[in-house]
Amino acid sequence: MSTAPIAISNTILTLPDQSTATLPKRNYINAEHGILSWLLTGDHKRIAMLYLFSITFFFFIGGAFAGLIRLELLTPMPDLVASDTYNKFFTMHGIIMIFLFLVPSVPATLGNFLIPIMIGAKDLAFPKINLLSWYLYLIGGTLTLAALVLGGVDTGWTFTTPLSTHYLNTHVLTAATAIFIAGFSSIFTGLNFIVTIHRMRAPGMTWFRMPLFCWSNYAASILMVLGTPVLAIAIVLVALERTIGIGVFDPAKGGDPLLFQHLFWFYSHPAVYIMILPGMGVISEVISTFSRKRVFGYTAVAFSSVAIALFGFFVWAHHMFIMGVSNYSALVFSLLTMLVAVPSAIKIFNWAFTLQKGSITFETPMLYAFGFMGLFTIGGLTGVFLGSLGMDIHLTETYFIVAHFHFVMVGGMLMAFLAGVHFWWPKLTGRMYPEGISKLAAVVTFIGFNLTFLPQFILGYLGMPRRYHAYPVDYQVLNVLSTAGATVLGVGYMLPILYLGWSLKYGAIAGDNPWQATGLEWQIQSPPLTENFTEIPIVDYEAYDYEWLEKKQKEQVTTVG
Amino acid sequence: MDNAIATTHDAGVHEEHEHIALPQHRHHFETEEQQREAGSFGMWLFLLTEIMFFGGMFFAYLLYRNWYYPAFAAASNQLNVPMGAANTAILITSGFAMALGVYYAEVRDRKKLVIALIVTTIFGCAFLGVKYFEYKEKYELHHIPGSGFSVSMFVNPQAFPQYPDTFAEKPLAPDMAQHTQLFFFLYFAMTGMHALHMIIGIGLLVWLIWRANRGEFSEGYVAPIENFGLYWHFVDIVWLFLFPLLYLINRHPLK
Repeated sequence: MSTAPIAISNTILTLPDQSTATLPKRNYINAEHGILSWLLTGDHKRIAMLYLFSITFFFFIGGAFAGLIRLELLTPMPDLVASDTYNKFFTMHGIIMIFLFLVPSVPATLGNFLIPIMIGAKDLAFPKINLLSWYLYLIGGTLTLAALVLGGVDTGWTFTTPLSTHYLNTHVLTAATAIFIAGFSSIFTGLNFIVTIHRMRAPGMTWFRMPLFCWSNYAASILMVLGTPVLAIAIVLVALERTIGIGVFDPAKGGDPLLFQHLFWFYSHPAVYIMILPGMGVISEVISTFSRKRVFGYTAVAFSSVAIALFGFFVWAHHMFIMGVSNYSALVFSLLTMLVAVPSAIKIFNWAFTLQKGSITFETPMLYAFGFMGLFTIGGLTGVFLGSLGMDIHLTETYFIVAHFHFVMVGGMLMAFLAGVHFWWPKLTGRMYPEGISKLAAVVTFIGFNLTFLPQFILGYLGMPRRYHAYPVDYQVLNVLSTAGATVLGVGYMLPILYLGWSLKYGAIAGDNPWQATGLEWQIQSPPLTENFTEIPIVDYEAYDYEWLEKKQKEQVTTVG
Repeated sequence: MDNAIATTHDAGVHEEHEHIALPQHRHHFETEEQQREAGSFGMWLFLLTEIMFFGGMFFAYLLYRNWYYPAFAAASNQLNVPMGAANTAILITSGFAMALGVYYAEVRDRKKLVIALIVTTIFGCAFLGVKYFEYKEKYELHHIPGSGFSVSMFVNPQAFPQYPDTFAEKPLAPDMAQHTQLFFFLYFAMTGMHALHMIIGIGLLVWLIWRANRGEFSEGYVAPIENFGLYWHFVDIVWLFLFPLLYLINRHPLK
């Protein structure tokens, strides 16, 4: 009994013999050389890498503002910055993190890289539009930086009218243009994914053989395609209201500021599902791989993604309960909001059942996935608190809201993003990162996250409003804890940059399939060839069929022998 | 030989496909059929985003029309129905020419395709020309929202005997008359956005005419013509909703 191996020392990581292994001679990274071959590429994998670098850049800029916010809130008095500067801090944090990091995070990087490979295609359906989408993202990002350098914006990321249209003299127009353009980048990504998944699947790759990562990105793409144009028109109307005073949102001229709220949240609520759904796809892949089991209830998980996308369009007014919507519509929206909890719970339960009796190993991606499951559950359930009308009146516009959406977006989405980056890093680069320090980073991130945001639930419950730069002395202890947590979290995010960067040159050669996973992407070389496959595969196995993999590997051994 | 040791699968990477018939076939599609279907599906999806884009403005129009019904009805009466009707006919004709263009591309008739596209362009430009005169009229009547906007036609229609329609209107209360500005803003936003789509479409048409004239679409490769046709018909259809909504519904009988 005492000799039983501790589960945590087990690993399924299988690397080729390092003394003989080399990177493939030809792959997408060295297929062409020179900066132009990257800037004008049509290869979905190269565009994914371009996206990965740019969103990481913006993540750290947005993170820097988060740091400044937490620094200001270390003390009750406004001793670091004045109130209007503080407003600019949280606005820039919100705009950058939401539009330039969270929305494109998983789809534009991992999705772009993996979806064509997972379904057995050579590229996305429209490579040029894919590249265009990166340039639009870059233009949007540059304009955001321009707004920042010129003096910042202080509307909050929500651009609430009439504040944004009548009362501010900051660079609202620049930021609005940035978001309008970045929105089109997102539309094009979604459009490309939908067409690719519908039309480019390899022979035998039926809808229900697709990895769940494709399903969740498909659902997110529907939201991008249907929701983003509505944000675009809302932004255009704000810009027109600001420049020529047309009055659509101006009560003095008969307009209604609430109309802006409706149009804005019609996109921006589904947008949180744009952010979280691809992350859920990553978690499905990771959990299945590291428990060596097919995802429990594959069909239910697949359809729950689509259900989240569908329900997501009918809950937007729960952001407006205290803004004067009628009691009846508030009631309906409250009930519909509860409904979203159902497909989300289906996912969590199915992942838990996938783990049950699985051969679980605790590699870095799995640690992040566990973090996701716990934190997303807390984030999701506090969402139900906020969806119920009475609780919402008490909690809305407090730090409870802040904690809730950071649990979903950072605890959920960012954990999933890091899980995905670690899981597919060997495929992206052909090299393995150091396991020990990456596990440490996962644990540090988890601890730092909880220390940052758990106190904010209490702060919110006690009544500390969001978006203020000063607070009563009573709240200081919790705020200091939160700031301390943010520091730990910052370290947790810096570590992967360091060791992933290190691994690009010094990491162990990963080989084709270090995790012994079943997806098509793991059956080809790492890093892949320019057009992924030498010939289009014929798919004759279900997703997550580990017996198929074992059989295939045995056959390969016999052929070689 | 070290290839055999390394895990590479790049043996046949430069293998070319033999079955490619069209020069326009993109290499990452397995068949031309797949390429054509992907293109047209992508276009339909793009049009879906366009519907959502216009949807925001239609929603605003619906809302304010219900709230400020008298103002919207009175302002609607100031729109020029004959010009709007003429434009509807022009646009439908242009759409018909476009449909012919798709047909001629499919039967590989280069000359007639070019003619059909030119006719489409001419009618498209004619639409914009009529629109210019309509906008000009609005400018002269001070119906452009902004600092120059005047509600005098709505609060005091008796002062405009030269416009019989206006003269016969009941005057609006001044606060309600203010809301005609909302109507005109939505009118300009919606027709303006529609005109912008027309201008982009005409730009694309010129490019397509140039390419069609070189015979690019007369060898069986018709996807750009088909997909542009979808776009052009979409722009038509938006107008077919705008015209009755802005000009026609609940219009007072002319006296």
